[in-house]
Amino acid sequence: MIRFLNLEKRFGRNKVLKGIDLDLSQMGITAVLGPNGSGKTTLLKCFLGMVIPTNGSIQFKNESILGRHLYRSEISHVSQIVYFPENLTPNELIKMAKDLRPGTTREKHFIELFELSSEMHKKMSTLSGGTRQKINLLLGLMHDNKVIILDEPSSGLDPVSFLNLKSFLKKEGKKNKQILITTHTMSFVEEIADHIVFLLNGQIYFQGKLNDLLSQENRKDLESAIANIIQQKKSTGLDA
Amino acid sequence: MLKIFKYTVYDLIRNRWLIFYTGFFLLLTIALIFLSNDVSKVLISLSNITLMLTPLVGILYGVMYYYNSEDYIRFLLSQPISRTSIFSGIFGGMATSLSLSLIVGLGTPLLIRGVLFVPEFITFIIVLGMAVLLSIIFSSLAFIIALYNSNRIKGFGVAIFTWLFFAVIYDGLFLLLLLIFKDYPLENITLGLTMFNPIDLARILTLMNLDISAIMGYTGAVFKNFFGNPLGMMIILILLICWIVLPFYWMLRKVNRKDF
Repeated sequence: MIRFLNLEKRFGRNKVLKGIDLDLSQMGITAVLGPNGSGKTTLLKCFLGMVIPTNGSIQFKNESILGRHLYRSEISHVSQIVYFPENLTPNELIKMAKDLRPGTTREKHFIELFELSSEMHKKMSTLSGGTRQKINLLLGLMHDNKVIILDEPSSGLDPVSFLNLKSFLKKEGKKNKQILITTHTMSFVEEIADHIVFLLNGQIYFQGKLNDLLSQENRKDLESAIANIIQQKKSTGLDA
Repeated sequence: MLKIFKYTVYDLIRNRWLIFYTGFFLLLTIALIFLSNDVSKVLISLSNITLMLTPLVGILYGVMYYYNSEDYIRFLLSQPISRTSIFSGIFGGMATSLSLSLIVGLGTPLLIRGVLFVPEFITFIIVLGMAVLLSIIFSSLAFIIALYNSNRIKGFGVAIFTWLFFAVIYDGLFLLLLLIFKDYPLENITLGLTMFNPIDLARILTLMNLDISAIMGYTGAVFKNFFGNPLGMMIILILLICWIVLPFYWMLRKVNRKDF
């Protein structure tokens, strides 16, 4: 459904994406991994239209999306902790999100899942960081879309909410949806991801199933496999 | 665009800085009315303050609002809305709430004082109108500054310098020019240079209306001749509107090319 073709992005002299060719046609949960600065967030931001690529193209359902915006009505997105307008309440934000994109919504489910009912009338400025992240998740996930993109969704969440989020994502992954997640929590990836895309220095290093990556690196768990790849990169100076 | 505009105004009418700003102008206008019963004197004092203060508040508030809204803007960018609509809505909402704050703060006490029924009503509209226009112009400059500077400290620095340039430095350079070339006829050049500074334009429009141009000598007479009639006023208004439209267009151009 999502295809990146020779995608390049440069910020000044810094080349962040160096010709990414990636076809994400498989359904289920895909974890986009890589060390800091490897280009994970930039790649996803390019797909969402927040970052304009220097070169290459991106297709969604076989159509180029560059310079367009309507395709985003089919995509749910949760970014890293968001500061919403501080004088609005979560209820008003939900109303706004519904105004901005029509379609079926399931906000009640998340209000229960994250136990938010007592917070819905309070101003955003008075809510704690964790509660804000829950509101962020609620606003990002309340529309029932086929494509879901989550950037570090676990940051700031308490263990119970994190468990609830995981079980929600697992269920969604089985509904023939495409879910893309970036995270640094490897146990989270091992638990829920069906596929892995590993970025290194703005290029695709690995794409495939978790087990294939483990056997390729000859490791038993993802954390040490990833650490191994990054160490190798450092020692061989794999850069070009 | 209208939806984003609506929620931006919802948020900002509850913003404590704007409430404070409204309160400040309320108190100031009430105090001036108590100090002098003459509406035209109140309006002169008010215009002296608003011509300096509204550009400063407009530019600082604009920069501050943009930086505070960066996360929210990213959230909106992932919605099925074009960048032009998002920024038109946010900027429109911010400029409207800033203007509302001025209209309530300056307008209410003077309306109660009965400004509708005195000959100075036109002057009142001009003083208030200029305060609103300057707020909009300087907050659009603020958005441009913030869009170009992701470093907040630098953004605030550029904003303060921009205000200082238009409010103080420009006039200083202007005077220097007049002094150096005092042997030449400079009236038309002065007239031309005024158009590049929105604060000067607003000041002239206000002064022409207060009819104190007589004390400004020959240049004053030339100005009165050019700006003091309906055509001149129209020219100033058109120039001020250009000062809104062009920065707004510049802002949208930048927005459509920027990485967020």
